[in-house]
Amino acid sequence: MKDKKKRNIICTIILVIVVIALINFANTNLDAYVVRILNLCAIYTIIGLSMNLINGFTGLFSLGQAGFMAIGAYTVAIFTLPLDMRSTVYYMEPMNAAIANIHLDFVPALILGGIFAGIAAFLIGAPVLRLRGDYLAIATLGFSEIIRILLTNWQSVTNGALGINKIPDNANNMWWSFGISIIVLVLISLLIRSSYGRVFKAIREDDIAAEAMGINLFKHKVMSFVIGGFFAGIGGGLYASLLGTVDPKQFYFTLTYNFLLIIVLGGMGSISGTVIASFIVTGGLEILRGFDEPLVIGGYEISLFRPGFSMVIFSVLLMVIVLFYRKGLMGRTELSWDRLFNFFAKIKAKFSPKTAKEGGAK
Amino acid sequence: MTLELFLQNLANAIAVGSLYALIAVGYTMVYGILRLINFAHGDIFMMAAYFTVFGIVDFHLPWYFACIFVIVLTAGLGMLIERVAYRPLRDAPKDSILVSAIGVSFLLENLANYLFSGKPKAFPDFLGLMSTVSFGSVTIQKVSLVVPFVLIICISILLFIINKTKLGMAMRAVSKDYEIARVMGININFVIAATFGIGSSLAAIGVILWGMKYPQVSPLMGVMPGLKCFVAAVIGGIGNIKGAVLGGFILGLIEVMLVAFLQPLTGYRDAFAFILLILVLLVKPTGLIGEQITEKV
Repeated sequence: MKDKKKRNIICTIILVIVVIALINFANTNLDAYVVRILNLCAIYTIIGLSMNLINGFTGLFSLGQAGFMAIGAYTVAIFTLPLDMRSTVYYMEPMNAAIANIHLDFVPALILGGIFAGIAAFLIGAPVLRLRGDYLAIATLGFSEIIRILLTNWQSVTNGALGINKIPDNANNMWWSFGISIIVLVLISLLIRSSYGRVFKAIREDDIAAEAMGINLFKHKVMSFVIGGFFAGIGGGLYASLLGTVDPKQFYFTLTYNFLLIIVLGGMGSISGTVIASFIVTGGLEILRGFDEPLVIGGYEISLFRPGFSMVIFSVLLMVIVLFYRKGLMGRTELSWDRLFNFFAKIKAKFSPKTAKEGGAK
Repeated sequence: MTLELFLQNLANAIAVGSLYALIAVGYTMVYGILRLINFAHGDIFMMAAYFTVFGIVDFHLPWYFACIFVIVLTAGLGMLIERVAYRPLRDAPKDSILVSAIGVSFLLENLANYLFSGKPKAFPDFLGLMSTVSFGSVTIQKVSLVVPFVLIICISILLFIINKTKLGMAMRAVSKDYEIARVMGININFVIAATFGIGSSLAAIGVILWGMKYPQVSPLMGVMPGLKCFVAAVIGGIGNIKGAVLGGFILGLIEVMLVAFLQPLTGYRDAFAFILLILVLLVKPTGLIGEQITEKV
């Protein structure tokens, strides 16, 4: 038992060192395109985790992630935009005087974006979280549309449909995106293991029973929703900084479906599943993008490959997972060293039948 | 504001409301039976629009035949979706079915984008209803005059089916208690498939008239009407057909009138429905004429 614990700690330390070394290596040696994709993976992990906290761990079927992201993204975009560039970006209508001269550094802007998203989550959550399952889905989806419509029409603050470009490039550095996503990962893991996390799971399993046990349903649902909104806002801020440009069309509610696929693939209620799935889905989408280009083999153009094909595959994938692998990769379990070593031991046993038998005889 | 302007907008509001009502009924029927938001309903509506374009523009069908073609095809699509995406998950947790519904909706949008290209197509004026008629100084599109009558006919037929036929009785039984209905020997799968078929064919009728009013067909055309009609169904009280019609009219009226008389709010047109939804859910979560649902443990 003690040996195992020791082994696990050593493994964790090695993993941390390897991850840091890999980030360091990737940051300096890989080309910009790959670094960008990896950063996107890390950012999607943050938002996937925030959505899994709400949907997977608390059992609230929310589709508002794109709205929270949009709030975080626009906050970062507006406040980090250098003062001297503002008049060229806001050329249709000058920026609202109240915010025109406020400039924040990246980190305060990011946190502010998270806080704004959290406040929005509270404002929408307080009335809507009394609803059950599918009503909540529609109401949160409606909320994310309201945000998008607001962004399109609030010309003097958000620059309307033109969006904001020339956002300073902060997140396109692996230390930022991976660093923040690891912090978020640790925070959410700690939250899930705390007494609050157990309350969230109790609500997910049976909210009526949870209420009968004396849990304040409303308080905890709102809490999970606000924390989820906060992290989605942080993720959105990083996203804006990575892309360098935001406009309302990016935050169409179908963006939420990316994260839905991530948490369904990873397993609703599994942190490690979400991390794995974020990388698979984001990387997969990048690879699938190749299918949108016309493919010519031996002078024949294969008409299967044309714009839109990648999204067809994406949606078929979502359907296949939910129809045939409802639990996703991890179900509700987490990846742990014990599990990993047991898994390897099993494989080892499979390939050496003799030792397996002997072990059984003892 | 002049009286003419008001009348013109009123006619428009009634037409839009009737169209919302037609689509909302499809939502409410499926919800009544499966307790599921059929996210794909708006996209079934979109596919029906493409069927119409193909039937008229590409196959040159005569109008009556085109209508039947579109309705049958759309009903078939609705039943196919139920068979492939919802039936295998009948005993699965609620969330999985919801994800499946979202998946179908997303798949239909992407498929339409892939197969028919994202470029909007023009909806053909094959019924000759796009032109306008004038009563004095009030000018109204012909389709706006036709829509309410179509709605009345459709709803009458629907209410007849639900209240007077054996299938309707089975539908009511299934929506009351799914398990008991199954025990009583009702062929649940058939009843549910029939519900999807009827709901989808109403969407098809809706789109034929919708296209006359908004003659542009694109892969995402079904999203907003779909979401709004769901909101209409919730406002009226989901699961209740009269409620869906009422909700459709309320939504149509508010939307058209607000845009007509509060010009600066035009950009926010699509947000009204959701704000209204949140307000209704706060004040009367079961809708205006919905039944009270007690939570069962």
